[in-house]
Amino acid sequence: MRKCSLDSVNSVFAEIAKAAALYIPADRTDGSAVYTKWEEGVVWSKALNTVRSPKDFFFPQMENLMEFRTSGKNIEIVDTRSEAEDFVVFGVRACDVKSFEILDRVFLTDPVDSYYATKREHGAIISMACTRPSETCFCKTFGIDPAEPAGDISCWKTETELFFQSNTEKGAALLAKLEGVTEECTEEAVDAQKEKINAVMAKLPLADVTTEGFGGGKTKDYFNDPAWDELSEACLGCGTCTFVCPTCQCYDIKDFNTGKGVIRYRCWDSCMYSEFTRMAHGNNRLTQKERFRQRFMHKLVYYPENNDGLFSCVGCGRCLAKCPISMNIVKVMKKIGGENK
Amino acid sequence: MNNRTETLIPKIGVITDVRIDTPDIKTFRVVTPDGKKAFDHRPGQCAMLSIPGVGEAMFSITSSPTNTEYMEFSIKKCGCVTEWLHQAEVGQNITIRGPYGNPFPVDDVFAGKNLLFIAGGVGLAPLRSVINYCRHYRDRYGDIDIVYGSRSKDDLLDYKEIIDEWAADTGVNVHLTIDNPQEGWDGHVGFVPNYVKELNFDTNKTAVLCGPPIMIKFTLEGLCGLGFDKTQIYTTLELRMKCGVGKCGRCNVGSKYVCKEGPVFRCDELDELPSEY
Repeated sequence: MRKCSLDSVNSVFAEIAKAAALYIPADRTDGSAVYTKWEEGVVWSKALNTVRSPKDFFFPQMENLMEFRTSGKNIEIVDTRSEAEDFVVFGVRACDVKSFEILDRVFLTDPVDSYYATKREHGAIISMACTRPSETCFCKTFGIDPAEPAGDISCWKTETELFFQSNTEKGAALLAKLEGVTEECTEEAVDAQKEKINAVMAKLPLADVTTEGFGGGKTKDYFNDPAWDELSEACLGCGTCTFVCPTCQCYDIKDFNTGKGVIRYRCWDSCMYSEFTRMAHGNNRLTQKERFRQRFMHKLVYYPENNDGLFSCVGCGRCLAKCPISMNIVKVMKKIGGENK
Repeated sequence: MNNRTETLIPKIGVITDVRIDTPDIKTFRVVTPDGKKAFDHRPGQCAMLSIPGVGEAMFSITSSPTNTEYMEFSIKKCGCVTEWLHQAEVGQNITIRGPYGNPFPVDDVFAGKNLLFIAGGVGLAPLRSVINYCRHYRDRYGDIDIVYGSRSKDDLLDYKEIIDEWAADTGVNVHLTIDNPQEGWDGHVGFVPNYVKELNFDTNKTAVLCGPPIMIKFTLEGLCGLGFDKTQIYTTLELRMKCGVGKCGRCNVGSKYVCKEGPVFRCDELDELPSEY
């Protein structure tokens, strides 16, 4: 384990940025934190987490897939893929680190999505243990320990110091580059910090949310539950929950005619949208209730069924904070699972 | 430059023949620019076809895998991509990628069985691949019955092939029907589900269904009424798709992605899924 003083954290950032693009959570003028490319003067945010999850780095909201050049009846396909540059994402919370395991199971399963895979290989994650989790946090529900974040390097922050522990080869190589700006240390301070975090976690309002009753094989138990009507009644279908979600991975593929050719790109899509499943001859999810149900059934039943029981939610709480009608997965879990188990 | 294979990046396909089948269905023959089949497939599998700037959509491969020279797609005009294709001429390039999905179990489950194919309208398109595969390896299967219906005589897909080739085969019985009486039609008149009941098939068959959802629903009921078990009946589903490989997240029925774990399903397997297709 290595450490540096918080006062010298900029020298650590500078050292990392020498070899790779470094992104850290930094405050916007409205006070919300976003991942920002580090350069001298960019200040590490004190916010608990970023508004949007770091999934953007690996699965961007929009990315070009290929280009076409057409002339008359002929089409030429241009492979526009390039090798990604190395980059480092700093300050990723334990919940968001876990989301990459969930996304990996989608994008790295055969046939491997080369766009995602390339970015995963070139990107390193430096995680950050939580010091003051929020009342919307419920990562523990999904077996995530905010005091033990995974990632290539794990970090813990105390009042005065920052501690580093590498977990992977990529992390070890990166930490080796920081030898000049960090020093070897014992784990005592970190152990004390972990205890502090766990004490806070136990007192959180959502500490008792449980996945009990959910998982694979539960489709028939919950699909026709009358509670879906009430739960989905006020849903606006805005899709905010899916856009801020670190594990939502549905995408659309679209073409854009630039006038000189056609760019085929992919962008995030949302199962909450009425067009998501609309076909020329009809739509198999006609009402918002069906679309709402799909989102939660996918996270709590379908995904675990196909992925060894792993849930497609990490309890980051973003949807709780952002839903305009205050609906969220916790309410669904309590209503559907809680009363009907 | 990235050297990885990427399923989303298609190949170029060239339309080498356009056959007008019905007022709203055309059959397109597609090869690569060097005149070869774009890829091998199994009966019941699908391919993504696209026209850059218009869109990409999933289509069942209509031709049999035993055709080693080209692929055919019978496509009904009903949306953006299909309307564009319907005005395409010979020589037009499109893009093609695949094959996607699971095929019909022609080499194991179907082997040695009497087969009953039931199709409505453009629903014959995915079954033509299987029918011609089974006709090609005729000695591997028992009797073959084909029930096919459409709105009118003019709306029957592959009519010439059905009459000249299928009906002429030994042990292949073709039963055609149209919805309403029509001048020049002396065959059966009536909807497919009723015709299937009238024909009163023996249950010693494996059935394959494809057609509009309402036809599938009532034909399935009819077959079960005749004593068929759902484990003897197969069908193929269609939902909106973007990636074709179980990642874009839209063609799922419950925990199953139609593009990956379908489109072919046994009807008892469908009972295990929520009714959202």
